[in-house]
Amino acid sequence: MTTPLTVEENTVDSLLRLDRMPHIWCQGCGIGPAVGCFTRAIESSGLDPDKIALVSGIGCAGRAAGYVKLDSFHTTHGRALPFATGLKLGNPELNLVIFSGDGDLVAIGGNHLIHSARRNMDMTVICINNFNYGMTGGQAGPTTPLGARSTTTPYGNFEYSFNVPYLMAASGATYVARWTVLHVRQLEWSIAEAMTKPGFSFIEVLAPCPALYGRMNKEPKGLDTMHSYQERSIVRDGADPKDVAIDSDGPIVVGKFVDIERPTFWDQWKLLLDRAREKKK
Amino acid sequence: MPEDGALCGTFFMNGDVACAEGAISAGCRFFAGYPITPATEVAERMSERLPHVGGIYIQMEDEIASMNAILGASWAGLKAMTSTSGPGFSLMMENLGLGVMLETPCVLVNIQRAGPSTGLPTMAAQGDMMQARWGSHGSYEIIALVPSSPQEIFDLTITAFNLSERYRVPVLVMSDESVGHMSEKVVIPRISPKELVSRRRPDGTQEQYLPYKADGDLVPPMAIAGEGYRFHITGLTHDERGYPVMTAEAQDQLVRRLVDKIRLNKKDIIRYEEVGVEDAEVIVCAYGISARVARLAVQEARNAGIRAGMLRLITVWPFAEDRIRELAQQVKAFVVPEINYGQIVLEVERCAAGKASTLLVPHMGGGVHHPQTILKAIKEAVQ
Repeated sequence: MTTPLTVEENTVDSLLRLDRMPHIWCQGCGIGPAVGCFTRAIESSGLDPDKIALVSGIGCAGRAAGYVKLDSFHTTHGRALPFATGLKLGNPELNLVIFSGDGDLVAIGGNHLIHSARRNMDMTVICINNFNYGMTGGQAGPTTPLGARSTTTPYGNFEYSFNVPYLMAASGATYVARWTVLHVRQLEWSIAEAMTKPGFSFIEVLAPCPALYGRMNKEPKGLDTMHSYQERSIVRDGADPKDVAIDSDGPIVVGKFVDIERPTFWDQWKLLLDRAREKKK
Repeated sequence: MPEDGALCGTFFMNGDVACAEGAISAGCRFFAGYPITPATEVAERMSERLPHVGGIYIQMEDEIASMNAILGASWAGLKAMTSTSGPGFSLMMENLGLGVMLETPCVLVNIQRAGPSTGLPTMAAQGDMMQARWGSHGSYEIIALVPSSPQEIFDLTITAFNLSERYRVPVLVMSDESVGHMSEKVVIPRISPKELVSRRRPDGTQEQYLPYKADGDLVPPMAIAGEGYRFHITGLTHDERGYPVMTAEAQDQLVRRLVDKIRLNKKDIIRYEEVGVEDAEVIVCAYGISARVARLAVQEARNAGIRAGMLRLITVWPFAEDRIRELAQQVKAFVVPEINYGQIVLEVERCAAGKASTLLVPHMGGGVHHPQTILKAIKEAVQ
């Protein structure tokens, strides 16, 4: 018989607001593991937590802002990115992370998402994709696969969904990756890489939502979805983003799809300052 | 030009440009905006000037983003502003509420044009006055200032920043197209640092810091991101720690303070100008460009033997209700010219409470009143 290993303290406790536990996420939800990867990424990257600001929008994933012991901002639905843009430009020393859900970032915040990528604003977006609106009870959104059930698609979703990494690559993101919460090591490593790389980084994180999306789509337990990730995931670093669309039961391509260099908004701003000074002379 | 880049001297400029210069003199170093007539010149001026004073200009993808960006910049410690007009003002309402809830100092300029909807983009109106007060959802108090000349929009933009930093609330500068596009002499004085207010900062240790613990004056000190406080703020109803608390008790405590910090300090916030009210039997209560037109009407009424006066509202929100109540004891009537179909007149009527009659002189927008129209109303009011 093996003796279970117990520890008094999780090494990332100092990055969590333990006085706010227990959290509100449902049993089997994938957001917690993603927060775990994020905190471990801070630890492994050696970044100073005092200089990291986390901004969230509204929704289940948006609640992450309330559980991390960082300067953390729980803003309005869809608006985490422009808020973070002001923060970043107000203090370029800050390392900005946007932690929010697919509905928040891709639907109501979609315009901000593409423009932040276009500007190559130096920040990292962690987009939890559970294919539905969890906080309001499981409605369909722009990431819900064709045919999937939700409380607003009782006869199956009939709208096409976004291939989010493709959208981000086309908009100008310099780092684009996708993982599931089954891929804890890769996700942690990917978040650390994104946070230490200048420019706009986007990581899509597939996460189970057993209480709502899973229940309506034959995966009533979080573990069911994790098994599905295990069976369906194919790691393909460097895959062309146009080939990574997700459907309801086909393969899920994960990996790092984009990792390029392009001057950031701040680099461009510094060039503008030179031009402005020149013109004034 | 002084070293800090603020202008100093006498200039001929339009109201929009004067507004931008007021912001720079006030220490504004972040502007986020979106082009919209007739406020575009504010953004244009800021895009030209901010790079020379160590500030940042960014054109956002829409007005929703502009409002959010200035909130973010404020939490990074900068004085921040955006400017817009009716349609953009509507888009900013949601996050104006976030600014109120997070207690974020910032300034929002509305160069009003005639609506509803796209309306008359190039022509004046004062149709957003009630939206300024009630446009975002929920119970709150806001501060709104109304300039009536390019000089005054310069001066009041500085006042707006000062009040915003003092009370940790977004402050609205509710100008209009005619003031925004009018070019006049603007005297820009050397602003000394003593004339500028900066938000109170926490002085305790980081462990003890409670982001929403206010002392007697109801305005909590404000930390900024990156200083090691590791604070949490949320648009949800929250307690002193900034943590969400979903109870009616927490809501009562928070909303009461957000409202009271303005209401209980209204003497410090409310500004108005009075002309000939001492012996007045009729008072024109006006604001912005309408007050400028009304001045001539009041003078002509005096010349015609009517004891007319004017109460020019400079702060429209919070409303100068105590002063209107006092004057209502003395006068027969209030005449309220405004470029809408009756907004601020409702407040005047509420405060007059039947002690004096109230006469609206509406203008649907697209121009300003003719002084004779206001004079006619003054004559009617005293009959």
